[in-house]
Amino acid sequence: MTHLPYIAGAYALGLLIPGGFAIAAWTRMRAAARRLAAIDPRQRGRR
Amino acid sequence: MSASVAHRPRSLHRFANPGRFLRLSGLLLPWLTIGALVLTAIGIVWGLFFSPADWQQGDAVRIMYVHVPAAWLASAGYLILALCSAVALVWRHPLADLAAVEIGPVGAGFAALCLATGSLWGKPMWGAWWVWDARLTSVLVLFFLYLGHVVLVRAFDSPERGYRAGAILALVGVVDLPIIKFSVVWWNTLHQPATITLTGAPTMYIGMLWPLLFTTLGYTLGFAAIITARLRAAVMERRIRALLMARAAEAEAPA
Repeated sequence: MTHLPYIAGAYALGLLIPGGFAIAAWTRMRAAARRLAAIDPRQRGRR
Repeated sequence: MSASVAHRPRSLHRFANPGRFLRLSGLLLPWLTIGALVLTAIGIVWGLFFSPADWQQGDAVRIMYVHVPAAWLASAGYLILALCSAVALVWRHPLADLAAVEIGPVGAGFAALCLATGSLWGKPMWGAWWVWDARLTSVLVLFFLYLGHVVLVRAFDSPERGYRAGAILALVGVVDLPIIKFSVVWWNTLHQPATITLTGAPTMYIGMLWPLLFTTLGYTLGFAAIITARLRAAVMERRIRALLMARAAEAEAPA
């Protein structure tokens, strides 16, 4: 494969940047859901 | 009921309820995530290992399968950010402000991805990491518009003032989108013109078009999933703040 370092770099960024946002969003969402359930009993079971 | 609320479109008003949004988005999010993962995986494997190399560019053309979805989402994300800003300014929709705030950093990330993968494609093809070409420069301006929005919405003590300032910046910045789109037509650029348009047949070999469509759709669903998850988190965080403030006010109130 020609230009392999450039291709590998582009795909690494193409997976890392969206993947990083996805993991951060999921972690934040789970933390918010846990915290809300802890202080508002009505939210339990709605996650 | 105030006049602005009374004239709010019914379809928008239905989704103004945070509880309803949490229920609907909770149902939608797994499907968005699964769709994004499956389509992106198919597109990447197809693009990397089964699509043909370009007769001029060789294998470097495979960068397209990451670069084009990032470019599409950087522009489309900004358009959605501006639409949310308009809805927030005109109808005071409670979720539109939050959506605009949550789209900003993700859009900046995709604009940065577009610029970085473009650089990685440009170096072997043009011999330079960067040129002050109209297309590249207008996308760089888009990246700075995103960053400006991210900073501006957090720059005020009152979140509402920040949202309003950010919304005005977002609406002014929309002018950059047609410049990005038509920059390759209006000016002589190193960047190639569009190969996929709404009005004509694509000028791309079908064996390259399919993996590009897969990665573009997969990235689009992924972008939607990320925004949905961030927006769900923001709605819950807002509810937590409101509950804690109500409890603090109750505790401070004289018996």
